[in-house]
Amino acid sequence: MEISKTTRRVALGLVAAAAASVATGAAAGGHGIDLSGKTVEWVIPFSETGGSAKWANFYAPLLSEALPGNPTVVVKFMPGAGSTKGANWFQEQKYEDSEGTLIFGSSGSTQFPYLLGDPRVRYEYNDWEVVLASGTGGVAYLPPDLSEKMDGMDASGLRDTDFIYGSQGATRLDLVPLLAWEMLGLNVEPVFGIKGRGDGRLMFERGEANIDYQTSSSYLKGVTPLVEEGTAVPMMSWGALDADGNIVRDPTFPDMPTFKEICEATDGCETSGEQWDAWKAFFIAGFPAQKMVFLPAGASEDAKVTYTAAFEAVKARADFAEISAGRLGKYPQMTGEEAAGALKSGTNVPDAARDFVTSWLQDRYGVSLK
Amino acid sequence: MEVISVALPALSDAAGLILQPVVLGYLVLGVVMGLCIGVFPGLGGIAGLSLLLPFMFGMDPVLGLALMIGMVAVVPTSDTFASVLMGIPGSSASQATVLDGFPMAKKGEAARALSAAFASSLFGGLVGAMFLTVFILIARPIVLEFRTPELLMITIFGLSMVGILAGRVAIKGIAAAGLGMMIGTIGEGDSAGELRMATYDMPYLVDGLKLVIVGLGIFAIPEIVALLRKDRAISDRKPLGGGWAAGVRDWFANIWLSVRCSIIGVVVGVIPGLGGSVVDWIAYGHAVQTTRDKSKFGSGEVRGVIGPESSNNAKEGGGLVPTLLFGIPGSGSMAIFIGAIALLGSGNIEVGPSMLKNNLDITYAIVWLLALANVVGTLICIAASGGIARLTTIPFSLLAPFLFMIIAFAAFQSGQDIMDLVALFGIGLLGIMMRRFDWSRPAFLIGFVLSNPAETYANQAVQIAQSRFRKSFEEGIDYIFSPIVIVLLIITVISVVVGLRQAKTIMAEGSVASGSKRAPLIFLLVVLGYLLVAFTNASLIPDYAAADRVFPRFVSGVAIVGCLILLVQMMIRPETHPLFADRETEEDSRHGLWSTLAWFAALLIMTALVGFVLALAVFLFGFIRFRAGRSLSFAAAYTAAGIAFICLMAGLLNRDFPAGLLQEFVDLPWPLT
Repeated sequence: MEISKTTRRVALGLVAAAAASVATGAAAGGHGIDLSGKTVEWVIPFSETGGSAKWANFYAPLLSEALPGNPTVVVKFMPGAGSTKGANWFQEQKYEDSEGTLIFGSSGSTQFPYLLGDPRVRYEYNDWEVVLASGTGGVAYLPPDLSEKMDGMDASGLRDTDFIYGSQGATRLDLVPLLAWEMLGLNVEPVFGIKGRGDGRLMFERGEANIDYQTSSSYLKGVTPLVEEGTAVPMMSWGALDADGNIVRDPTFPDMPTFKEICEATDGCETSGEQWDAWKAFFIAGFPAQKMVFLPAGASEDAKVTYTAAFEAVKARADFAEISAGRLGKYPQMTGEEAAGALKSGTNVPDAARDFVTSWLQDRYGVSLK
Repeated sequence: MEVISVALPALSDAAGLILQPVVLGYLVLGVVMGLCIGVFPGLGGIAGLSLLLPFMFGMDPVLGLALMIGMVAVVPTSDTFASVLMGIPGSSASQATVLDGFPMAKKGEAARALSAAFASSLFGGLVGAMFLTVFILIARPIVLEFRTPELLMITIFGLSMVGILAGRVAIKGIAAAGLGMMIGTIGEGDSAGELRMATYDMPYLVDGLKLVIVGLGIFAIPEIVALLRKDRAISDRKPLGGGWAAGVRDWFANIWLSVRCSIIGVVVGVIPGLGGSVVDWIAYGHAVQTTRDKSKFGSGEVRGVIGPESSNNAKEGGGLVPTLLFGIPGSGSMAIFIGAIALLGSGNIEVGPSMLKNNLDITYAIVWLLALANVVGTLICIAASGGIARLTTIPFSLLAPFLFMIIAFAAFQSGQDIMDLVALFGIGLLGIMMRRFDWSRPAFLIGFVLSNPAETYANQAVQIAQSRFRKSFEEGIDYIFSPIVIVLLIITVISVVVGLRQAKTIMAEGSVASGSKRAPLIFLLVVLGYLLVAFTNASLIPDYAAADRVFPRFVSGVAIVGCLILLVQMMIRPETHPLFADRETEEDSRHGLWSTLAWFAALLIMTALVGFVLALAVFLFGFIRFRAGRSLSFAAAYTAAGIAFICLMAGLLNRDFPAGLLQEFVDLPWPLT
């Protein structure tokens, strides 16, 4: 426990130092653009009800205060085809048409089809200019009677149980938990057709599903009460990335073991090799770099500098830690070089990992991505 | 005891939620809008709620609920104006009121009839709210036991009731519900992401059709077009006269009739499918039966007003029972209501067992709002009766373009795509035909709304059951045939048998004269054709995505069988059979269907060319000048006011308008973009 706390402090320190150096760099850079009297449109390729909406609605008023000229920042929703529609639309936008008044918010669900080579994807992350990257985490949990079957961190006692899991689809973020459980040797049967992770939690509450996972903010809100009631027990978090790209304990859940720890303690689960590399690659794409803000292709250096500085000013607010912890969780909000690094790790998976996952999806779930 | 210890705090929490000035303000706003919608003959709660839908996104749940409940609760009160003063049912729930209300108005006792009606409405509404409170208390522990098989079973129950009870010809109702469900399956399947009746070349269809579009297209557009075609000169309105106090005394003298009819209203409201359109007739029948001197009925008997009006407000409370407890809409307006709640409060609230478990305060807030809306609605109706009565004199040709403007704007907000308007037009055409040939539109809409949950429940129940069966046979059987499922199964079978026998006597939207064989037959063939294409399309889904294939194939299969039976019946039966119902033969329309529709087609095409605002300006001006026959300056003023209104609304909500070809080439300032 003590070790992990120290690691975390070091990691946070590194993050802070990196942010500070980028901040000074940004200030010294271009002249910035003035947005007085303008309206900035922040396009979210999801409906008003999802996590991305909450994230954008949290940032929009703060961004408005921080941008030069205090433009009005409005969040526009463009849902469709699991965010592919909105992202395809954004790909066609040129910077000259908006002059810094158009930004786009992507999510893990935008990244996964891109990574897996979905035929509907006509967008290219490398064309866009990233100005903010927000991370998140996830927690898997069990009913108390099954949790008792775990021997400390050794999950092999769970192998004779038939698990049912309410899933949104194997090609979505659910890929990460499904692969993790498979690596632990658990026999998890996904029941597809769930519309949001909230429905998965309801299935768990009704006793129809007996394993589930939630992203951090939903876990805090929906599962913590169950844990307090004694009807759910956390199993593991997916962890967080430190500055060197290692998986460490999630700062929001420092007392929970990570999947890596569980895997190491469980016989037959390897934290190296192609399966582990594939899991880690998709975990990184889905969680620590989950939500990003982009300027359209061809954005000027001035605009990039302006937005980077604005998000840094938001992060530097005295009350930021306090107001963001409740709504976003304690996760890094990255700008500048760090955001670029997050984009790189979030949108590039090694070919081996991609091939592994596509053939695993085909073999295990019959999903073909033509 | 535990029941009460949970409910009491929730009840007081709920009271705290709604007793805030801003909530009450929204309630009054909803009531006023509901009054306006209810006063115009033909437009009811479904059209009103559909118009509110696009504005529900992300609204504070309690405020949104206040707005919607205010509207739903007051329509059966305000529609009395049209029934009594003009002899036209203001909505399907007050057809029976016309029989004695209008003769009273002819005798100069309009005010007396109205006040008796309002007193009965208020009383009925409060009885409905009270019943709902008690019922939620009792049923909650049972509902919380519901898992997927139970939810699937109650969905099947609701659908079978709706299909059978929604019209005169039971099989027609089933086919309508099946068609609605098939329209609901269009787009990407939930389980495996396979496309049904869509291609990636038309991204619009991949996401499926939105409830706003279907609700407005199926209900609002056909009614507006029908009213517009009649273009009634509303000069024959009767004066209000005096006698407000006499009406209330009449109600009090018949309070037991009012109690009994309220209970009838609640019970009928609870049964999915029966809903508002028959409750007033049942209550009227009861009022006639229990009156010793039957001679005055039909010529101004006040009991003939009190009966139906007590029941039609009470049924809203009853109708909320299946809606709130199971997420099964009993009527068209409840179908929209469920869709709207899903949009409220960032989607954290879902009607049904999860709401009873996690949002009991919201559940009770709905009950309180219902009671309060009835009181507020009645007070406003009495206080402003003179002004409201005058609303009925507005010629419909002046109102229609305004309504179309709002509908088009609302529809566009659902997907921000010009295709929204095309889909609205297409579904509107389907709605017009369904109305004409007496295919149940509530059944269609409820089928559409339940399509998705039914498919999800079915797929999940099968997957979970398979897994349980693998463990042991007993565990699987225990899961599928729980006591609740068995009870529901028995209820469903009994209801279907009884419903099929009784269906002939139900006239959901009033009786419709039968016309020639040809037109109804052609419509049936078109529906059958679509179902066959959809069936084939679903059959082509490959095996690995079988979860997306089973449901559409099963539903379209059932609907196809229904259509084939209808086809055979149409061949044997004579032209006078209700099977050949055709409104075209009985409505004296002054304008043709196609010439009326052409106006809206023109709006659509112009929007595609020059964008919504410019097209709207031309449309409003042209319509008022040429169709309504007003002067140039009147038309110009109307157009300016309309454009100003829609811009103000879009500005407040920060929404865009549909752009056309012109905007591709020229950069124009907002709102022309």
